[in-house]
Amino acid sequence: MSEEIVTLTIDGIEVKAKKGTTILETARKVGIDIPTLCFLKDINEVGDCRMCIVEVEGRRGFATSCIQKVEEGMVVHTKTPDILEARRVILDLIISNHAKDCLTCTRSGNCELQELATKLNVLNIEYPGEMSKHEVDELSPSIVRDFNKCILCRRCVATCKNVQKIGAIDCINRGFESCISTVGNYSLNDVNCTNCGQCIQACPTGALHEKETIDDVWMKLKDKDTYVVVQTAPAVRVALGEEFGMDIGTNVTGKMVTALKRLGFDKVFDTNTGADFTIMEEANEFIERIQKNDCLPMITSCSPGWIKYIEMNYPELLPHLSTCKSPHQMFGALIKTYFAKKQGIDPSKIYVVSVMPCIAKKFERQREEMKNEDLCDVDNVITTRELSRMIKQANIEFTKLEDSEFDNPMGEATGAAAIFGTTGGVMEAALRTAQDTLTGKDLPQIDFEQVRGGDGIKRATINIAGKDIKVVAASGLANAQEIMKEIKSGKADYQFVEIMACPGGCVMGGGQPIKSSKIRSEVDVRKLRADALYSIDEKSTIRKSHENPIIKQIYKEYLNKPGSEIAHKLLHTHYTERPKYKLDLK
Amino acid sequence: MKTLEEIEKLREQKRQELDLRINTEADTREKHILVCHGTGCTSSKSPKILENLRKIIEEKKIENVRVIMTGCFGLCAKGPIVIIRPEDTFYSNVKPEDCEEIIQTHIIEGKRVERLLCKDIDGSIVNRLDDLNFYKKQKRIALKNCGVINPEEIDEYIAFDGYKALGKVLKEMTPDDVIKVIKDSGIRGRGGAGFSTGQKWELTKANEADQKYIVCNADEGDPGAFMDRSILEGDPHSVLEAMMIAGYSIGSNKGYIYVRAEYPIAVERFQKAIDQAREYGILGKNIFGTDFEFDVEIRLGAGAFVCGEETALLESIEGKRGQPRVKPPYPASKGLWGKPTLINNVETYANIPRIILNGAEWYSSIGTETSKGTKVFALGGNVNNIGLVEVPMGTTLREIVFDIGGGIPNGRQFKAAQTGGPSGGCIPAEHLDTPIDYESLKTIGSMMGSGGLIVMDDTKCMVALAKFYLEFTVSESCGKCTPCRIGTKRMLEILEKFTTGEGTEYDIYRLEKLAANIQKASICGLGQSAPNPVISTLKYFREEFRQHAANKECKTNECKALAKITIDAEKCKGCGLCQKNCPVEAIQGEGREARVINQDKCIKCGTCLSKCPFHAIG
Amino acid sequence: MEEKKCQCGCNGKDEFLERICKEYKPIKDNLIQMLNEVQEHYGYIPMNVQKVLSEFLNVPMAEIYGVVTFYSRFTLKPKGKNNIAVCLGTACYVKGSQKIMDRLKERLKIESGETTKDGKFSIEETRCVGACGLAPVFTVNGEVYGKATVQKLDQVLDELEKQE
Repeated sequence: MSEEIVTLTIDGIEVKAKKGTTILETARKVGIDIPTLCFLKDINEVGDCRMCIVEVEGRRGFATSCIQKVEEGMVVHTKTPDILEARRVILDLIISNHAKDCLTCTRSGNCELQELATKLNVLNIEYPGEMSKHEVDELSPSIVRDFNKCILCRRCVATCKNVQKIGAIDCINRGFESCISTVGNYSLNDVNCTNCGQCIQACPTGALHEKETIDDVWMKLKDKDTYVVVQTAPAVRVALGEEFGMDIGTNVTGKMVTALKRLGFDKVFDTNTGADFTIMEEANEFIERIQKNDCLPMITSCSPGWIKYIEMNYPELLPHLSTCKSPHQMFGALIKTYFAKKQGIDPSKIYVVSVMPCIAKKFERQREEMKNEDLCDVDNVITTRELSRMIKQANIEFTKLEDSEFDNPMGEATGAAAIFGTTGGVMEAALRTAQDTLTGKDLPQIDFEQVRGGDGIKRATINIAGKDIKVVAASGLANAQEIMKEIKSGKADYQFVEIMACPGGCVMGGGQPIKSSKIRSEVDVRKLRADALYSIDEKSTIRKSHENPIIKQIYKEYLNKPGSEIAHKLLHTHYTERPKYKLDLK
Repeated sequence: MKTLEEIEKLREQKRQELDLRINTEADTREKHILVCHGTGCTSSKSPKILENLRKIIEEKKIENVRVIMTGCFGLCAKGPIVIIRPEDTFYSNVKPEDCEEIIQTHIIEGKRVERLLCKDIDGSIVNRLDDLNFYKKQKRIALKNCGVINPEEIDEYIAFDGYKALGKVLKEMTPDDVIKVIKDSGIRGRGGAGFSTGQKWELTKANEADQKYIVCNADEGDPGAFMDRSILEGDPHSVLEAMMIAGYSIGSNKGYIYVRAEYPIAVERFQKAIDQAREYGILGKNIFGTDFEFDVEIRLGAGAFVCGEETALLESIEGKRGQPRVKPPYPASKGLWGKPTLINNVETYANIPRIILNGAEWYSSIGTETSKGTKVFALGGNVNNIGLVEVPMGTTLREIVFDIGGGIPNGRQFKAAQTGGPSGGCIPAEHLDTPIDYESLKTIGSMMGSGGLIVMDDTKCMVALAKFYLEFTVSESCGKCTPCRIGTKRMLEILEKFTTGEGTEYDIYRLEKLAANIQKASICGLGQSAPNPVISTLKYFREEFRQHAANKECKTNECKALAKITIDAEKCKGCGLCQKNCPVEAIQGEGREARVINQDKCIKCGTCLSKCPFHAIG
Repeated sequence: MEEKKCQCGCNGKDEFLERICKEYKPIKDNLIQMLNEVQEHYGYIPMNVQKVLSEFLNVPMAEIYGVVTFYSRFTLKPKGKNNIAVCLGTACYVKGSQKIMDRLKERLKIESGETTKDGKFSIEETRCVGACGLAPVFTVNGEVYGKATVQKLDQVLDELEKQE
């Protein structure tokens, strides 16, 4: 079908646009920026905030430019005095009911409301009045809800309900009493929230943010008796730079390592090495299951948001999950056993900090199963954003840093591990190892293009070792749900399923730098970050986990072989059914 | 299942039987005692009256007398109402214990029960219903059957041309023919906005789809308006018939009627109407032997004014929060479950069968240039004849309030009338002679709305009234869009400043600016019209705002914080009771002299008011 | 599927819930219809009934809660034995229904939307019960008292207070 082009006029400029595009999109393309707040492309296009109003000649009232489609001959005005006054009044009203503690807000400097207030030159509040009062929900280990800062844009609700199909939060009450809430205003900790943190990514203000734990890190760094080890996940390195004004998708591994060393960590390790262990164990588990035709399809288990989701929603499918812990948990367990022993350090004196793109990992690390000999595998999880704050706190000029290398003896990782950070990556890495293990050869087939790319669901049939394997990689929990339904109904005949809770995988995790609605609508953030990971993989000399010399060494020295008894003790876990709602129903 | 021919036969037979209902000269030996069963009369025990009448008739073995429940007669203030046909005797304020006397005196002895006869405002006895001034200037089209037929009997509806229009449409007209008649009649939506009904039908028909829906908006949320309820209670089949005609015209086989759950009687009667129509095969497949099929379901509202807004109503039918959608797209292209949907309000539908039967020309001959037909108003507030009136468009407010409504009670003066409820505006005395139609009301800063018409006398404070409406809007705002959610709240807060004497001239400016922007920027009709009551009171009663601001004075004493309690020295007998009971010793005076209230000390608790035996304090 | 336990705490089966879950198709459109029945049956919408509906209709609890709190007819707490509703519709307002409301609050010492500690009375505001001809009106458990005055209210309250 050929695309129909229409011609219209916006602020006197003649513009051609595809039929079906919105006035907002079209205007922005020709450099006319219309302010928005509730708009989040493809996710929340509802026109609630009224900031994007424009005038269309011949129409009564203002048009909603984020929804209204362009039409042939349309004459649009985006900045008449009437519109400017209305926008100013609307913004005034929003701010009148918004906490004004910007100085102490985690989103200061990266807040869409603050930005608009500056842009529209709001120097006083013309309509002050009663403000909504909400208790701050800090009980969840992952997410803090401070709805005194909420502007009712509902981007979080749309994300939770439609993108992730969870619906942990929704709009309740009506009129001025309206607010975003869980059922009965219970803590997020007690409802069906998976801690994926996509709501935080959607929030234009500081109403939703991660439970920050960097003060604990500072305290441990100060404590001479504690040996503080840090590890960083694959996706962190391709996003951290954004917090310092660098381009989206810049690989800052070297600078990040330097910064961590300057912050005073005793050892700076790479979670990618942990990911290589995960592949060893998971590929082995997969081969075993294939050979025994047991509990297929096997489903990956690296994404803790996903794990909580399946425990709550599909407990009957739990046997399908790989028993592998996620890479940073595996790595944490090895740091407190193998590494501690090797270095002669008392494991109880070691404090492991994981820097993650993820906030569900804050929940994961607290799980009872994630302990060995009463010691947590990982003692603290901070996000990419939190790390950037530590670096800023320490007055480190990130962009000017020299590169440095991860510490040994656990600093080597493969290209296979790097791509863990994007959807399809775990599967690709596992297939690389599985096919070599099955054939006993070093096969040249490395790239599995079928499972790459930004689609939410990627199905493929892959021939490994002469056998057709049906696989699917899904990211985002709505897509995960679709796959689970297929499996549950018996319609699916997959052997291997990769699920990531966040749409696009860890590069788009809830702990990553937050991109404004405008950037998200103009740039494919996921692709830029994922491309950076694939580029790391491509440039790696070793691209298969089982070829990592450190892996080989540690299996030889300590773990024996994948799936061994000690490997199971340290690197594997189990799952339990979890109630969706822990409500006091009296 | 009945064929069209069988229905026709039934009609002829029943029509003759029921001729006495509308013909005082009817050739019959029967008498029908009609007992109003609208919500108003029902709440003042009319079902008990009906029961008593029937019991007495049975006990006394009286023949040729039937006791019939009907819908609302309109004159609710005089309820419970009992009318005896064919002689058309009008008994008002009837009590269950009056039944014995009615039967004995009226039916057996053939005399009238004088004490129960209705009296007009001037005190004259009303012999016949039609003699009442209240009815003289009315023209009943939508309410034609209300108070005439038993709404729970489909046969009675059929007797008075019921389902004749549907038969005509199905057998003789194409969908385009029907739409042309509706368009030519000039009827506009009676829900408030006044969009051309024919055009709406045409637009919905033009949108191709595998499924389309007909929706009847019976979520009458305007507080103080009860036109739609009365139609559903008094003549449910007319709405059902119209929905089917609409279905045939636009190509839909499924209808929903969205009714407030607060209207249990209307819901029950409409359900009965659906059941009876199904039984007769009028609803269902192969209606009157044609290919046309149609069915209707009732959906209950759950208490949200905003659900009267068409897209919010659709959301609610879909089981969601009633939050309006941004338009366009309009329901005509994307409505219920994304399908083309025709939404009309109850009163609009009630007009349709009459338009089909009597023709577009007949209908368009009634009313004004731009507004055709009649409009039903729920007349309430400080007016003598509270009730339901249907008048031709173009009737003046003065005629409605003074001729039909019988003027202002207690010798007070007319101050203003509010049309359009919380979305409308107030109309001051200077505009009493404006002929009412969609355009003229808009010009004077109000709107037609759904038909609420509240009269206010000179004891009412217009600032307090504006605040009352804003309170309503604030509590009924859905909260979706910013201007309505926060803006109306801020408007209310500013109004509160006035009612407590804190307002300033600058606040008037702020209020007007905010109001104008809420009007322009809100998503739906609720928000866009929410400022209307404030804008119109500011326009016509600005001085009152200024008095509240500058003088900290509310002349009507309605604004409590500004009210001054004073003692009328003429009436005061100096008993000292007020003084004894005043908790703050604000009342001065000794012996038998008239007491005086020290305004600086007074906390306006009102204790003295209730204690004074001589009504000297006010 | 969540077991449909009785609301009285006896742990028995809840026949009402069983019935409505049979009567309605498990589609979201039916949510408000079902809630209307629940409100009618229990006098409020208990939290565990919301949970049952959430499972039955496959709608997240937060969304159901959002719907329940949107519509004023639905309540989260049981109403008093005598639920007194004062009409604050325009017709009644103009005729002084606010005075009735004020008196009611004063006598029962609770606010609108609340229930007295002994569970005997609750107050609510309503918008137009359709008896404008009798304005001002209040209702007690749905029964309409028209042409109300403060004195009439007092009488009714006196009567109700005497009842067990």
